[in-house]
Amino acid sequence: MGFGRDAAIALGVLVAFLALEFAGMRSAGLVDFTIRFATFGLLALSLNLLIGSAGLVSFGHAAYFGMGAYSFGLLMQTGAWSVPAAILAAVALTALLALVIGALCVRLSEIYFAFLTLAFQMLLHSLILSWIGLTGGDQGLMGGIPKPPFLGIDLARQDHLAGFSVFCLLASAVALRQILRSPFGAALRMLRDNPDRASFVGLSVFRYRLAAFVIAGGFAGLAGVLMSLYVSGAFPSFAFWTTSGEAIFMIMLGGVSVFLGPLVGTAIFLALNDWITKLTEHHGLFFGIILLVIVLGLRKGLLDFAVEYWRARKGSQP
Amino acid sequence: MELRELIECVTSVSCMVTQLAAGMTIGMLLFLVASGLTLIFGVLGITNFAHGSLYMMGAYFALAAYEPTGSFALAVVAGTLGAALLGLFFERFLLSRIYGQDVLMQLLVCYAIILILDDAVKIIWGADFRNMGVPPAFLHPPFIIGGGIVPYFYAILFGITALIAVTLAWGMGRTRFGRIVRAAAVNPGMVGALGINTTVIYAAVFAIGAGLAGAAGALSAPIRSVVPGAGVSILIESFIVTVIGGMGSIGGALAASLILGLTRSFGSIGFPLFVEGAMFVIMALVLILRPSGLGGRRD
Repeated sequence: MGFGRDAAIALGVLVAFLALEFAGMRSAGLVDFTIRFATFGLLALSLNLLIGSAGLVSFGHAAYFGMGAYSFGLLMQTGAWSVPAAILAAVALTALLALVIGALCVRLSEIYFAFLTLAFQMLLHSLILSWIGLTGGDQGLMGGIPKPPFLGIDLARQDHLAGFSVFCLLASAVALRQILRSPFGAALRMLRDNPDRASFVGLSVFRYRLAAFVIAGGFAGLAGVLMSLYVSGAFPSFAFWTTSGEAIFMIMLGGVSVFLGPLVGTAIFLALNDWITKLTEHHGLFFGIILLVIVLGLRKGLLDFAVEYWRARKGSQP
Repeated sequence: MELRELIECVTSVSCMVTQLAAGMTIGMLLFLVASGLTLIFGVLGITNFAHGSLYMMGAYFALAAYEPTGSFALAVVAGTLGAALLGLFFERFLLSRIYGQDVLMQLLVCYAIILILDDAVKIIWGADFRNMGVPPAFLHPPFIIGGGIVPYFYAILFGITALIAVTLAWGMGRTRFGRIVRAAAVNPGMVGALGINTTVIYAAVFAIGAGLAGAAGALSAPIRSVVPGAGVSILIESFIVTVIGGMGSIGGALAASLILGLTRSFGSIGFPLFVEGAMFVIMALVLILRPSGLGGRRD
């Protein structure tokens, strides 16, 4: 059980998606939505490793999203890298950045941690803006990103990119779930619930939290790679605090306690976003009010709420 | 890096005077925002991520009062009171519902407030840059001290901010209200048991913190452009101040604000592209060498 079942489900979903795509479900809107869903779903899922499982509320997760996007784009623009090699290198670079920032941040108490991750993200954002020679400043990384085909996959085609994004999301989801099931995942939950006890037992709070921070950063980097493939560029807004805020919003919409909660939240967020964009230009006003209603009204995500309701009903039956 | 220019400046009296005056003024304005943030944190245990938005609202309220009347004094009062009332509203109707809950909840409520205020400002005042300009009453020739230029308005700003800082220190240190607030920061249960309504104290402290942010926004409206979304950069800076100074320490916040203000003014000569980076380097050094901050208690 465990890994085998997850992998089988993931494979089933991937095959079903590809079959649907080949069968002719190629409406541009759906393909577009799929790519965005896979990208932001992966970002939200990686952030929930920190928030939901490790209890580390990071407000700077978009830094790794932006880092992945920029390092992948810059590597591909040199022309010397194949897509898979550049993806691996971009994820490794992002994990390295997370290691440096994490080493400074994970020792701190909750509020300091949230603020400091936010602050380092804004440092990266201003670095991207001011290092115009490398990053193109506020114009973003221009000139397009070359995507030479590999293994018969041509990422310049939107339908291939959709399949590839779904594959990345599913593979990452299986990997993240495996990580959470492992003794390492159990240790993270223990650190979240009772750090004193965990350190009495002999666990190094610092090392476990740092490892979680680096893993989450790496997966966020992969999400950034998908984003740069999707828009064929990279923009400073990827590393802006609003992107981090949106990722937290997605997690909150779906729920922090259920593994797939962030994905449900991502789907709801993207659908809401498309709907509100049609209605008004004042996104913030609507999202802010929806967020307040959920946080102050429900006090948890929709899946958290559904699961608790279901458990309570099951429990009340004789 | 233009380190030669920096060394030339430090060795010349006139340049030193000019940069010191600018740095101290920027630092004092930052102190007003940061002291509000650290006060709210120290007493309520809440990190107000929307603090920068209150600063922004202070600037807009000031603009709204200044444009029809032309009175800068009225503008500052409007910015301060407007932000304080807005803060009071947030504390009573939104934040007080999540006291004692985890940081995620505080973060989300503040995030919602930031989103709503940024858009509200765009709807009411438009998305473009606005500039108040230095009020004509303060358009006097600058002071010349040792050959260095100190703009008249900067001197006025420094005077006002210093007055507010002294009032704050006196209010917290010497008055009955200040003693109650400091006691509530340490042991709210005991303060409540002595028959003092801590709910009122919390609301008052939040309103004072918000008012300080609003005052800073109003005071800097003539020298900085007023724009939606302006709150986040000042929020980051005032957070760096609280890390360097120590969360909850007003004296530490003052020292840290002045350090950052001087880093800004001298950095713009010596390392213009690395000014923000330098602030982060200082913060990282403090975190590594003295994690509780300059004025913070070790816990």
